[in-house]
Amino acid sequence: MKLTDLSSDINEWFSGSGPLADIVISSRIRLARNLAGYKFLNRCKTDEKAEILKKLRDVLMSLDLGDKIFYISVDKAPVLNRHFLVERHLISRHHAFGKGPRGAVIAQREFFTAMINEEDHLRIQVLRGGLQLSKCAEQINHIDDMIEQKVSYAFSPRYGYLTACPTNLGTAIRVSVMLHLPALKITGQIEKFFNAARDMELAVRGLFGEGTEAAGDFYQISNQVTLGISEADIIAQFENTVIPEIVEYENTARNQLLSKQIDVLDDKISRAMALLRNAHLISSQEALFLLSHLRLGLNMRDQMGASTPAIDTLCTLSRQDVDADKSRGLSIETINRLFMLTLPAHLQLNYGKPLDATHRDVLRAQIIRSALSGDT
Amino acid sequence: MQCQICNKNDATIHLTEIADGQRAEMHVCEHCAQEQGIAVKSQIPLNELLSSLLAVQPTDEELFGPSEKGAACPHCGFTLAQFRKEAVLGCPYDYEVFEKPLLNLIKKAHNGKTNHCGKVPSKTSTGTKEQIKLIALRQQLEAAVRSEDYERAAKLRDKINKCEN
Repeated sequence: MKLTDLSSDINEWFSGSGPLADIVISSRIRLARNLAGYKFLNRCKTDEKAEILKKLRDVLMSLDLGDKIFYISVDKAPVLNRHFLVERHLISRHHAFGKGPRGAVIAQREFFTAMINEEDHLRIQVLRGGLQLSKCAEQINHIDDMIEQKVSYAFSPRYGYLTACPTNLGTAIRVSVMLHLPALKITGQIEKFFNAARDMELAVRGLFGEGTEAAGDFYQISNQVTLGISEADIIAQFENTVIPEIVEYENTARNQLLSKQIDVLDDKISRAMALLRNAHLISSQEALFLLSHLRLGLNMRDQMGASTPAIDTLCTLSRQDVDADKSRGLSIETINRLFMLTLPAHLQLNYGKPLDATHRDVLRAQIIRSALSGDT
Repeated sequence: MQCQICNKNDATIHLTEIADGQRAEMHVCEHCAQEQGIAVKSQIPLNELLSSLLAVQPTDEELFGPSEKGAACPHCGFTLAQFRKEAVLGCPYDYEVFEKPLLNLIKKAHNGKTNHCGKVPSKTSTGTKEQIKLIALRQQLEAAVRSEDYERAAKLRDKINKCEN
């Protein structure tokens, strides 16, 4: 399995499928586990880390996940490959650029990844498009049970699954949902979302996790409390309260744009189209920012039947778009694909070799212009 | 003070940039800040909060209480001072060794809760005694290999395998 087999296509997290996929990009559940009888990684010498790695690698590679699985030795992988895995949300930045023997086990369809020797011995995650937390939970529980048949986890009846950091104790579960909230940003209401999250004791991060900015109007919201509450309750809270409330905020903001700020909306979309179709150099940040506005316009067209001068123009951008319905114009799939393929490591892996920043910006602009060329 | 961009709203965000020895100030309202893509962090994720809390505390005593100063875990040698630097523990047994000092931190992190009520491993899990024994055996194995006492190392390896099965 070569990474280039994955690189030219979008994966589960941006498939555009699943419930509420216009606003809820993806759902993810991650469990942290440590093996009984070993120190936490912080205190392990290289030999011990290597032993843990081998043990967990053997167990994971023997699992029946209904899909091909492959192993990547993260500490030995080329830097570009590591960036690629981070871009696809398969491993964390911490794992890519950490220390010591460590690896990742990945299912070919990318719905499952395991990081071995990240902050804990084992971190497993299941990822699905749209709001599908219950399905993620079912899958990851099953995988956790299968792994536990073959190893013993560090666990105490009082504190639950024992993790290297006390903030992950107990269920050691991290439930995350990735949201696209462009209307809240444009109408200056994104603070409302941050405050709601804070009131519910949830963490908000950007596209690539801890410490990252909200590029492209994407926000990841996740639980912080893991002890004294059950996995099912955390998930129910997200599915029944948290996410519906935020989706409601975003939809209200979109309606507000249509009813009271149509000029602002059209301006954002027109500027995005103009730049994306003409710029010679586009940075990754800028591409995400502009594509976000196009995605907003397309979603409003598809989900709300919205028709404004700028949104209607999106119908003319269809020549190169193989997914386009001629009467509807540019498709959401094309935009979703552009989000992913214009990320730096994706660009370079598909091109076949590393590129400096300027050349990346040129190539990115080329790819986007080509995907969006209309009837000229 | 009024926002320097729109001149309409009150400036609630004040930015100071120092570059090349020059200092530049900007005063903007929330709306314009967002327009300009100026990120305003209104919330700090918990891990960062934990790290910053730990970094700011001047002494172990103030954070953890008087009784645990200098104490080290007998199994992995970890101390609270190290925890303060790294924000991660050394081994599962640290939760028992440092139970009292960690309790406050755990309460803060988990909304006052300190007892697990979620999933439990399906196997009758190896109790703490067993887990500690294994950690200790592995420590001894490490020492034996380091001092090139391979006979002892082999015996320890057998013991470990027996314990695990």
